[in-house]
Amino acid sequence: MSEILVDVKNLSKEYKRGGETLVVLDDLNLEIPKEDYLALMGPSGSGKSTLLNLIGGLDTPSSGSVSINGERIDQMNSKQLSNWRASNVGFIFQFYNLLPVLTAQKNIELPLLLTNLSGAQRKKHVETALNIVGLADRSGHKPSELSGGQQQRVAIARALVSDPDILVCDEPTGDLDRDTATDILNLLKSLNEDHGKTILMVTHDPAAAESAKRSLHLDKGKLII
Amino acid sequence: MKYWIIILAALKRKKWRTGLTISSLVIAFLLFGLLRSVAVIFTEDVDLSGDDRLIVSSKYSIIDSMPIAYLQRIRGIDGVEIVAHQDWFGGTYIDRANFFPKWPVPPKEFLDIYQEFKISDQHKEAFISTRTGMIAGQKIIDRFNWKIGDRIPIIGDIYFLDDGTNLWEFDLVGTFTDIENPGNEDQVFLNYQYFDEAREEEWRGVVGNFIVKLTDKNDGPRVAKEIDAMFANSMDETKTSTEKAYQQMFASQIGDIGFIMNAILAAVFFTILLVTGNTMSQSIRERTSELAVFKTIGFSDMTVMTLVLIESLVLCIIGALLGLGITAIMMPALSEMVSVSLGEISLEISVILSGLGIAIITAFVSGFPPALGAMRLKVVDALKKD
Repeated sequence: MSEILVDVKNLSKEYKRGGETLVVLDDLNLEIPKEDYLALMGPSGSGKSTLLNLIGGLDTPSSGSVSINGERIDQMNSKQLSNWRASNVGFIFQFYNLLPVLTAQKNIELPLLLTNLSGAQRKKHVETALNIVGLADRSGHKPSELSGGQQQRVAIARALVSDPDILVCDEPTGDLDRDTATDILNLLKSLNEDHGKTILMVTHDPAAAESAKRSLHLDKGKLII
Repeated sequence: MKYWIIILAALKRKKWRTGLTISSLVIAFLLFGLLRSVAVIFTEDVDLSGDDRLIVSSKYSIIDSMPIAYLQRIRGIDGVEIVAHQDWFGGTYIDRANFFPKWPVPPKEFLDIYQEFKISDQHKEAFISTRTGMIAGQKIIDRFNWKIGDRIPIIGDIYFLDDGTNLWEFDLVGTFTDIENPGNEDQVFLNYQYFDEAREEEWRGVVGNFIVKLTDKNDGPRVAKEIDAMFANSMDETKTSTEKAYQQMFASQIGDIGFIMNAILAAVFFTILLVTGNTMSQSIRERTSELAVFKTIGFSDMTVMTLVLIESLVLCIIGALLGLGITAIMMPALSEMVSVSLGEISLEISVILSGLGIAIITAFVSGFPPALGAMRLKVVDALKKD
C-alpha cells in the first residue's frame, strides 16, 4: 500500500450560530495515500468544502487531528499555517480567483514571491508551469483576454508553480462548459498520473468524480463509503 | 522589491479612482506647500544679527508714528551708517482695485540704503530735486502705462492736504527695477519733503518708522538695544527689529496668519484623510476575494496588512511629491506676487520634509483600518462570498 499523505482522525468541526451549535463534520476519519486522486461528493451543506479547507490548512478543527506528510497542521498557528500552505498545498477554485490586472505569467508568479528564488529562477518556474498546463503562448495575456478554461489553466499553473505535494480543488469545473470541463479534468488526471500530484477534489459533477481514481460521499458531516 | 507587482496591481485595478484620489492629494499638498511657505515667514524665529538693516517703529503699534527729530539722535549712534524713514501713505489711484503701496521717503538716504533698487543717476537726481517727485517700480509703470513726466493723481484716505482736500498730485520722475526681487517693483516712493509740508499741520514732523543701515551687520543686536534704550520712558518709545521681523509684524496686523493658515491646512488634511481612507476601504472591500487568495497561497496576515499599508503609502507619497513639485514650480510666481509685504518666499526644505511627514501619517492613519480588516480577514469566510 502507498504511503499515507493525508491522515484525518476523529475530525469534528462545529460552528456556533446564535445559541445553536451546528455540527458540520462529525468524528470523521480519512486516509489519503500519496498520488491518490480523490473526489469528494455530497449534497450542499454536507461538509465537503469544510473538510477541504481543513486539509488545505485554511481552517482549524474543533477537535481531532489533521496530519499531512506526518505534520500535525491542526496544531499550527496562523503564521505557521501560512508558511505550510506556501510550500505544501496548491489551491484551485471554481471561479479561478486571478488578479485581473496581472498577466497570466505574473498571476502564476505570485506564490513564488514568498520564496527566496531570484527573478530569473521565478521566471523559469513559471515557464515550466505554463508548459504543463499548455499555455506557454498565453503568458502575456490578462485574465480578461483568456477564456474560462484558459483562466482555470492559469489558476492550475499558479497552484502547481511551487511544486506542492497536494492539490486541493473546490469545484474546478463548476463554471465551465462540458468540453472545457473535460479538458481541465484531463489536465488534473495528467498531473496526478504523470507528475505524481495527490489531488483532493470537491465536486457535484458525477463526470468529474468519474475522472478521479476514487470517490467518497459525505452526508451530514459523515463519510458514506 | 518583488512585492511591487502586487502594489502596482492594486493601484492599477481602478485607474480612474486612483487618479482622482491622487489628484485630491496633489491639491492638498499643493495648498500645503504654498500656505506653509507663506506661514514660515510669520512663524520663523527672528535673528537680530545677520541683517544690515534695522527698522525702528513705535513700541506699541506699528501704526503709531514717531517724531522725525529721532533721526538725528539715531544717526549719532556708533555703528549707524545711514538713517532714512518711510510712511504708509495709503491712498487710491483712480480706483480701489488699483492698489499698490505708496511710501513717502527721503529720496537720497532711502536710495542709498536700498542699493538693490536699480535707478539711473538721472532719475535719482530728479527724485531728489523734485519736490513733488515720485519714482515707480517698473511693474507699476507697465501696469498703468505711465510715462516719465506724467502727473499722477492719488486720492488720500489717511493723509489730507492742508487745505482740507484729499487729491494729491505727484510728478513721475523716475523708474526703478529690482532684478533679485521683482515683487519690489510693485510700489512707488514719494518725496517726503513735499508730503510732510503739504499734509495737515497736526500730522507734520512725524514718520512711520526709521530705516537704519548699519556699518557692520554684526552690530545689529547692540544698535537695536541702544536705539530702544535711547527712547525708553519717552512719549514715543521705540521697538527696533530687523527688516524681516518688521515685515512679519506688518503683515500680521490682519491676524495670526500662521494660525489661520495652519487651521486651513488642518481642515484640508482632515478631508483628505477621509477621502484617502474611504478610497482604501472601498478598494479593500472590492478585493476581499483577492486578499483571501493571497492568504490561501501562503501570504501571512501580517504580510497582507503590510501590503495594504504600503499601497496607502504609495498613494500618499505620489500625491505629496507631485503636489510639492508643482509648488516648487509655482513658487517664483507666488514670491513675486507677495514679496512686497512679506519679503522673499521660497519652498524651504523644512516644508518639503514636513509635507512628506504628513503624507506618511496620512497614509498610515487612512490605511490602518482597511489594513487591519485585511489582516483579520478569514479566508474561508471571504471565499464563501463568491
